[in-house]
Amino acid sequence: MFLGKVIGNVWATQKYEALKNFKLMFVQPINAENEELGDPIIAVDTVGAGPGETIFYITASEAVIPLPVEMAPVDASIVGIVDTINLSSDTNSVVSKQVQR
Amino acid sequence: MFLGKVIGTVWSTKKDENLVGAKFLIVRHLDLDYNEKDNFVVAVDSVGAGQGEVVLVATGSSSRQTNFTKNKPVDAVIMAIVDKLDISLKEYLEEHKSQ
Repeated sequence: MFLGKVIGNVWATQKYEALKNFKLMFVQPINAENEELGDPIIAVDTVGAGPGETIFYITASEAVIPLPVEMAPVDASIVGIVDTINLSSDTNSVVSKQVQR
Repeated sequence: MFLGKVIGTVWSTKKDENLVGAKFLIVRHLDLDYNEKDNFVVAVDSVGAGQGEVVLVATGSSSRQTNFTKNKPVDAVIMAIVDKLDISLKEYLEEHKSQ
């Protein structure tokens, strides 16, 4: 699973049949310190995430598992909305970071 | 999935017999402003996309999750045609890019 930030959504009327009624969101992958990593991807939303929210998503064939369909050509799906992230940077100090929402 | 634009078709007569009947399209990666990037993939079409259309492509083992591509040697499939992008956090991205 990876962390990401929802940056927008995609409108697609014509899509694979099984994907009807699913929201497609643009997700910018980020690291635990809220810095962006690489290019945005598109993921199917299964939790009701909106733009600006920090989420975690799964990729590869597992991405179909949370969807209520047997088969769908999906390689990324959002499976949770992040409330907070606690980072421990080393053994002596624990850095607690509130994720910007 | 990634955003891409259909820039061409692949014709192939001699291919794996499971792929007979497949429509292969060349899809070039796009950025959020629809600018074409350098990389591209050959993808099987599952939605009836055509030349010049902006599409979404699923890659890897997920691309075998359609009725046509099930258990076939396919690693990229076009699964949606894009009407519109709604990027509400563009300013956020641009700010972060410039840093």
